[in-house]
Amino acid sequence: MQDPVLQLPKPQALLTRSGWAVFLLALVVVCAIAPFLNLMVPAGSFFHLSDYMVALLGKIMCYAICALAMDLIWGYTGILSLGHGLFFALGGYMMGMYLMRQIGRDGNYKSDLPDFMVFLDWKELPWHWALSDSFVATLALVVLVPGLLAFVFGYFAFRSRIKGVYFSIITQAMTFAAMLLFFRNETGFGGNNGFTDFKRILGMPLATPSMRMVLFILTGLTLLGFFLLARYLVSSKFGRVLQAIRDAEGRVMFSGYNPIGYKLSIWVISAMMCGVAGALYVPQVGIINPSEMSPAQSIEMAIWAAVGGRGTLIGPIIGAFVVNGAKSWLTVSAPEFWLYFLGALFIAVTLFLPAGIVGVLRDPGSLLRTLRDFRKGR
Amino acid sequence: MTPDLQELGAQRLAEHVERKVAGQTASGGRSSGFARIAQDGEVDTTHGAILYLEDVSVSFDGFKAINKLSLDIAAGELRCIIGPNGAGKTTMMDIITGKTRPDEGSVFFGSTIDLLRYREADIAQMGIGRKFQKPTVFEHLTVFENLELALKTHKGVASSMFFRLGSEQSDRLAEVLHTIHLARDLTRQAGTLSHGQKQWLEIGMLLMQDPKLLLLDEPVAGMTDEETARTAELFLSLKGKHSLMVVEHDMSFIKTISDIVTVLCDGSVLAQGTLEQVQADERVIEVYLGR
Repeated sequence: MQDPVLQLPKPQALLTRSGWAVFLLALVVVCAIAPFLNLMVPAGSFFHLSDYMVALLGKIMCYAICALAMDLIWGYTGILSLGHGLFFALGGYMMGMYLMRQIGRDGNYKSDLPDFMVFLDWKELPWHWALSDSFVATLALVVLVPGLLAFVFGYFAFRSRIKGVYFSIITQAMTFAAMLLFFRNETGFGGNNGFTDFKRILGMPLATPSMRMVLFILTGLTLLGFFLLARYLVSSKFGRVLQAIRDAEGRVMFSGYNPIGYKLSIWVISAMMCGVAGALYVPQVGIINPSEMSPAQSIEMAIWAAVGGRGTLIGPIIGAFVVNGAKSWLTVSAPEFWLYFLGALFIAVTLFLPAGIVGVLRDPGSLLRTLRDFRKGR
Repeated sequence: MTPDLQELGAQRLAEHVERKVAGQTASGGRSSGFARIAQDGEVDTTHGAILYLEDVSVSFDGFKAINKLSLDIAAGELRCIIGPNGAGKTTMMDIITGKTRPDEGSVFFGSTIDLLRYREADIAQMGIGRKFQKPTVFEHLTVFENLELALKTHKGVASSMFFRLGSEQSDRLAEVLHTIHLARDLTRQAGTLSHGQKQWLEIGMLLMQDPKLLLLDEPVAGMTDEETARTAELFLSLKGKHSLMVVEHDMSFIKTISDIVTVLCDGSVLAQGTLEQVQADERVIEVYLGR
């Protein structure tokens, strides 16, 4: 009656064969095809990839990293953060401080200090700029500052068992409070203008096509690397515990796991990923200011993940590309409609595509079923 | 009533008593009480009981859910708990497993471990498994993954990140899969199982934890008669090796498995004894039928 030998499932491979094929293809596109089309193909050619497109794609890849980070915490662990824009901005500010120091004496006031400090009549660098001259220290701060903030915030929130919508609201308040703080001149982060007019990175000029391409490639490699990391995390037992926390946290506790450690780990990892994304974003876009911390930015991150498909790693990346692609097209052709479009998109996805774009691609019938249920009034 | 029917009844009664005596002598994993050095964190059952509750009270907004409850479970015992709705059965389990803190009283696991000092996860790791009233499994994971998560092992973050299923653990998993009759469904998503199968899966997850004490809140609710009968067999086979506390409303199920039945009412013990004894008790009849 029973099977004599039970075949237990083998541990999952990191990626399937076709998964690796797509991954390698993406690697080749980022490292070889895109640079070739941008730098080698003449500007008039149909195949030329314009500098505008390189900058746009680089920026969207930064957003895709955020969407991926969002998916780990929301899609897999069921914790909706509406404050991830803060971690992104903090990473960006850390990089921005370094870039400000790289300007040297080439600013408007020909001073050793950044322009905004001269304007405020400050005589020396504030304490929190102490490490901003070192590139290595900056790289460390890019992950440590968002990570530390996330750790402290998460520790108290998770220990107090703050969940669901309450957690979301608090994260929203956190990023809003930080925005108000960064808006102030005396905080020493350039007030509402933030940092801009960057000239150099590592002593090399920033505004050259080759530097732009280097940053583009670095961003692409980071995105692909984070994808593999995320893939490893969610396919390990750690990832299954996260999903278990999402589905039935009580059962996880009574199975002997302390959910605080798990939630805190993925929360901090997710925040650090956003910090790295922000640090890659700033040199490519050339500006960072407190508007990156506005609640709307964080909400948009949630939308990217939802549109692409929560709980699938590829989904949020696709979502970030689709939504931001639409954004850059619509804000040029019909700027006044962008916000309506974004709102309509979110409603449509919530109602008709609960599993996002990837959900429909995997099971096209599901869209028809949802539409039919919707017509029937469910 | 004819004489031969009376004889048959007496015979059944004798069998039941016989079985009960056998249950009481089972060791429940007890070791001798002297010439032995107690290990740190070890559950000390040398005094016979694995769980003691003494004068436990808890109230929610003035409502006394548990009122001076005292109860103890012997090592290896299968104890059935019955009682009308709102008697405090689930709250009692919440207290034992660390979900609810009582206002007063003490709860001990073995004679040395004060459960009130620990959190849910620690208590689960010590060896108290709990099945919820509503079957609670991880719906988006497969049957296999559900059991794997429950497996008794290190449960910290780092060990989960680098976890690989060992061969001994695989054997244990396969054994439990057969026990709960889900071997054919091991790659199915737990959310697609029937209600009864989810109950089985949750019981299987408890078994994977290899707990010393199992708290089972309405384990056969929603099961077919066939499944209920198999569950009874399973529980009787666990008795002796593990200690079980079963809360159930299904009287025929209780009749099949019970040695001693405790009746809870208004947060304290109303009566205790064999099912026949408590069913004959005036006060029990009153709370069940009198309203």
